[in-house]
Amino acid sequence: MTKHPPILTVLDITKNYYLGDVVIEALRGVNLKIQEKEMLAILGPSGCGKSTLMHILGLLDEPTRGKVFLDGKDVSQLTENQRALLRNKHIGFVFQSFNLLARTTAIDNVELPLVYSNISSSERRKKAIETLKRVGLGDRLEHYPTQLSGGQQQRVAIARALVNNPRIVLADEPTGNLDSKSGVEIIKLLRQLNDEGNTIVIVTHDQNIAKNTKRIVYMKDGVVIKDQRQT
Amino acid sequence: MIVDEIIFLALKSILRNKTRSALTMLGIIIGVAAVILLTALGQGIQKYVTDQFESLGTNLVFVLPGKFALTEGQFAQGPPNFAGSKLTLKHIEDLRKMGDIIEDATGQIEMPSSVKYKSESKFTTIEGVSANFGKLFNFKVANGRDITDSDVNLSRKVAVLGKGLVEDLFGASDALGKEISIGNGKFEVIGILEEIGTGGIGFDVNEFVAIPITTAQNLFGQDSIQTIAVKIKSKEDIADAKKIIENYLLKDLDENEFTVIDQSSLLTTINNILGVLTLFLGGIAGISLVVGGVGIMNIMLVSVTERTREIGLRKAVGARPQDILIQFLVESVVLSILGGIIGILIGAGGAALINKFITTSVTWWAVGLAFGVSAAVGIIFGVAPAIRASRLNAIDALRYE
Repeated sequence: MTKHPPILTVLDITKNYYLGDVVIEALRGVNLKIQEKEMLAILGPSGCGKSTLMHILGLLDEPTRGKVFLDGKDVSQLTENQRALLRNKHIGFVFQSFNLLARTTAIDNVELPLVYSNISSSERRKKAIETLKRVGLGDRLEHYPTQLSGGQQQRVAIARALVNNPRIVLADEPTGNLDSKSGVEIIKLLRQLNDEGNTIVIVTHDQNIAKNTKRIVYMKDGVVIKDQRQT
Repeated sequence: MIVDEIIFLALKSILRNKTRSALTMLGIIIGVAAVILLTALGQGIQKYVTDQFESLGTNLVFVLPGKFALTEGQFAQGPPNFAGSKLTLKHIEDLRKMGDIIEDATGQIEMPSSVKYKSESKFTTIEGVSANFGKLFNFKVANGRDITDSDVNLSRKVAVLGKGLVEDLFGASDALGKEISIGNGKFEVIGILEEIGTGGIGFDVNEFVAIPITTAQNLFGQDSIQTIAVKIKSKEDIADAKKIIENYLLKDLDENEFTVIDQSSLLTTINNILGVLTLFLGGIAGISLVVGGVGIMNIMLVSVTERTREIGLRKAVGARPQDILIQFLVESVVLSILGGIIGILIGAGGAALINKFITTSVTWWAVGLAFGVSAAVGIIFGVAPAIRASRLNAIDALRYE
């Protein structure tokens, strides 16, 4: 694994939220390195700070203290526009509730990240179709979310995360809204994508989901309590 | 993102919610259509009045009793002083004899009175006129004869009736040679006028009764006359003619006892009044345009709230705040411009339809203004929702239920 350079590195990051006078320490000194082509799970109960960590890893949020490096570059203190650009190019998100645009076809949903990266519409279409085929939805291109099952909707969302060839895919409880059979299929798909060379991080509270990955980062009360590689 | 992409995106989003978009545009559509329609109506009336004026014959200069300001762009300061008129038949005769650039002159006394024939009675305008009155004002006798100089010289009790009045009093039966009563006098009907458009000189020719001016003086117990109309040979001489008339009258009268005006200044005054009326109507319609704009803002604010997760997602996949801002702004501008275009079509269509009954005239400035205002409304009322959308925090927006 270590033969590849780390994609994301967080160094001793903390994150505080302020609710009036009360300070909530969501992260209290987290260190983590994510290598290329890794597939890891961040596992912990709700409130342990795993979502906050994912937001910082995904450059949606900034740490209160500490450093974040993307491909060796310090990205801890960037402007909103700079972070938007990096998210667009390097990070793919998969959400628990899919977050597909309603009344918008699968292909248009997948094209969305490309819309913000100055790619011609014909090229976008080509890439979107390609990616939808990769997730096994080559025959559902023009379907609307309401015409798709939960599992299929999450596949569309995964295609959307992959379409811009990101450095890393961050999946927040990707099976949380799915029945167990669809959940298994989504995990299978994520594993297959990892086998194809994609770096994938799954954030979950579910031990059974986490054990499908090669590495589990256990979190509790805003710190990493165990970082375990599986064979 | 490129401009046409953004507009395409906005159109897509608008089409995604057809009913809501249509309802949002309705305010703008009604506002723009109302502006176009009402200004078209106002302009039409203005055009109509101008045409009517010109059909009365141009090159006319009027002498009215009393002094009142009626310069270009100003309204009359009070009405002409008809009751205290010092104008006389002699003045008309003198002016007629003057020649040179003055072609002809005629005079008139006007009184409202009832006209009776058997049991039929009608309240209308009695015009005491000189023999050449009809010629100067383009009135033509259709049946019978006109009032002649001898009628005037002998103060004959004869009357020429407007077509509409004949129909009111006599119905289908022949009016010529019949006897009608005006006040205490009995008059013989000697002629019936051709039907013509309503003049701009304050009375409806189709409903009036013309009698010799001397007869009218006797009937109403007046020595003076109310108005003198002077026909000038050529339009270019009107200013000179006004001076000549003024100088002539000043020999006899005081400066405060008469006013010389020409048709164009009269027309300018009326057009000014109608112009203000048109603006007023357009302004009222403009209010509905603003209300329409508020409607757009309302819907866009709702839309931002409703699409919070979409905004969060777009940000997560790389939309910058300005991308979101422009998206929502373009959406509201496209909505209002679409509404504006539909409103212009409806307004112009409505104006064309009404044109069959009342003259309307759709003006380019009204169309341009309505279009510009609707686009401006879209920007002004779209800014607040767009800013709100662009400032949403991506993480909170993604969690929004």
